[in-house]
Amino acid sequence: MTPAERLDATFAALADPTRRAILARLALGEASVAELAEPFAMSQPAISKHLKVLENAGLISTAQDAQRRPRKIEAAPLAEASAWIENYRQFWERRYGALDQLLGQLQAKPPKSRRKRH
Amino acid sequence: MAKRYDTAAVDLPSDTEVRVRRDFKAPRTLVWQAHTDPKLLRRWLVGYPGWSMPVCEMDVRLGGTYRWRWRQDADGAEFGFFGTFIEVSEPARLTYDQFYDPDGFTSAMQTDNRCVISGSFDEANGVTTLTTVMDFGTKEARDAAVSTGMTDGMEVNYQALDKVFEQQGD
Repeated sequence: MTPAERLDATFAALADPTRRAILARLALGEASVAELAEPFAMSQPAISKHLKVLENAGLISTAQDAQRRPRKIEAAPLAEASAWIENYRQFWERRYGALDQLLGQLQAKPPKSRRKRH
Repeated sequence: MAKRYDTAAVDLPSDTEVRVRRDFKAPRTLVWQAHTDPKLLRRWLVGYPGWSMPVCEMDVRLGGTYRWRWRQDADGAEFGFFGTFIEVSEPARLTYDQFYDPDGFTSAMQTDNRCVISGSFDEANGVTTLTTVMDFGTKEARDAAVSTGMTDGMEVNYQALDKVFEQQGD
């Protein structure tokens, strides 16, 4: 997968609330399919489908335990996805920091040319 | 209680959109003014050392147009945005389209792409939440804008600025 395709897969996988909940659970530690299915009103096959999507996106993997086959979270793709957004977020935050300053100045001392409202 | 956005929050509501949300400690009439009065807009939209905003023209009414241009003082490289206002509902909602005008500036952003930008100004308890949704029309254009976009040129300056701070710290 190219980096762009990997990001697509990550965001597509994260678009579903059940899958986000599964990731939230796995962030606490490994869990088997049965354990993951427990909090959801869903069959194990339905949960397995979601796990497949997460696994294809590289967000989770199956730990080496032949009996339980617990799933665990993979941090790298998540970090990549958040870095992509984070760069853009910081760009806006810098801009808005400047706007904060301006708004502070305007409220402390309204420009003379502007009639005060209210 | 409404969610707070003390710092900017960014998410992707669809394949073609980006949403930015941020709270401001000011009435929305003032936040609106800061976005629609060219004299005020250029005071915060420049904001980067080494850059100036030689053009900031806005005719804020339905069908009115605007033009923003930035210039890097060091080498005179310029780029800009222009477009038309599609909805002007003071002080609640401002929608306009936007085209990127790279001039001589190198960027991954697409020039023939129309982006529709919609700003909603919501005020509660003296705090204004500004929600900006940018719809780039296609996923490719959205991704190009978010990945690089204006941050390309600006980032060079942050790095230059960081260096200055580092040197001062010595």
